Amino acid sequence: MTQQEALFQFLLRMGDNTLILGHRTSEWCGVAPVLEEDIALANTALDFIGQTQFWLGYAGEVEGKGQDADRLAFHRDAWDFRNLLLCEMPIGDFGQTIMRQFLFDAWHSIYIARLLKSSDPRVSEIAEKASKEVAYHLERSAETVVALGDGTEESHSRMQKALDYLYPYVGEMFLADDVDAAMVSAGIAPDPTALRDEYDALVQKVLDEATLTVPGNRFAQKGGKNGAMHTEHLGHLLCSMQWLQRVYPDGNW
Amino acid sequence: MDQPTVKQVWEWLDAVPDPEIPVISLVDLGIIRDVAWEEDTLTVTVTPTYSGCPATSIINLDIETALRDHGIKKVELKRQLSPAWTTDWLTDRGKARLEEYGIAPPQPAGGPERCPHCGSKNVQKVSQFGSTPCKAHWRCTDCLEPFDYFKCI
Repeated sequence: MTQQEALFQFLLRMGDNTLILGHRTSEWCGVAPVLEEDIALANTALDFIGQTQFWLGYAGEVEGKGQDADRLAFHRDAWDFRNLLLCEMPIGDFGQTIMRQFLFDAWHSIYIARLLKSSDPRVSEIAEKASKEVAYHLERSAETVVALGDGTEESHSRMQKALDYLYPYVGEMFLADDVDAAMVSAGIAPDPTALRDEYDALVQKVLDEATLTVPGNRFAQKGGKNGAMHTEHLGHLLCSMQWLQRVYPDGNW
Repeated sequence: MDQPTVKQVWEWLDAVPDPEIPVISLVDLGIIRDVAWEEDTLTVTVTPTYSGCPATSIINLDIETALRDHGIKKVELKRQLSPAWTTDWLTDRGKARLEEYGIAPPQPAGGPERCPHCGSKNVQKVSQFGSTPCKAHWRCTDCLEPFDYFKCI
């Protein structure tokens, strides 16, 4: 794998995380439990889609085959996506949506903070732009996890159930492969394995406050960030997200 | 036609309203980072407020239209991400206009200083997000009116 191929893969990972999670989040648009949450989720999704345009736009330039962000988003099939499995999991109930958001935001904030010091100026400027939004997302999802976890018996049990369901998808964030190794040696991105302690401390603090119990089993589902095996959910998501471009290729308005 | 001065162009841009908050101009919002002539091409550097702000493309269109209306033929818009936009770049005039319009201006403390309707300091947050990505939703516990607060970033 050349350095250019590794950088392309790294950028796909960044952009696919925000694209797929952004699409998931947008599924709440118009159907969230209360108006304020509906607006908040739509705005969060919007931030993610905006960040996706930067990441995938740069990915297309690095690849050098004339693909722009739209083409990468709408013309690839499931096996070419490089998002963490966590991002493609279904929205479930509102509790599951917020729990996934928090588990992702916590990692995203730590990872983006490292990218601010990236040796690649394009990467560091996208990270700089995203970091403010990411900090705001984390503030909101952490607060909501605490409010619901330490809420009623019903909300508590739903949040614990969501945490138990999603926790096996956390480990993938900290797995490293040759793409990561190439990014580390070029000073472009951090070693994912080195971020686990900081993540665990952050998550533990919030979940303690939310009176929720972090599962002891660290078994990790994997195959999203390297594209080896996505869950069955990604194909269904793409069916809905890519429908228009599949039926009317390169349709525009 | 003589090339208009950069100062003149800034004045023209100062008359282009923000599409979502039309009481302030694009210059008030602090998103125009640079105006420069490169031979016969006018380059305007714009930074987005939020990554996914849907107004970005409208803003670019409005800038181009305004400059073309003033007779400038070659306009190039550049997107600049770094340094990232901050509410510190809102002009004082912009902040005053926001408040007059009913939007509490950003405060370093992280919340509105007072209700933009009645001036009461008894305010509480309803939601971290409001009607656009750049605003949060608050309410006044004295006059009971809801209002938008321009997030401080």
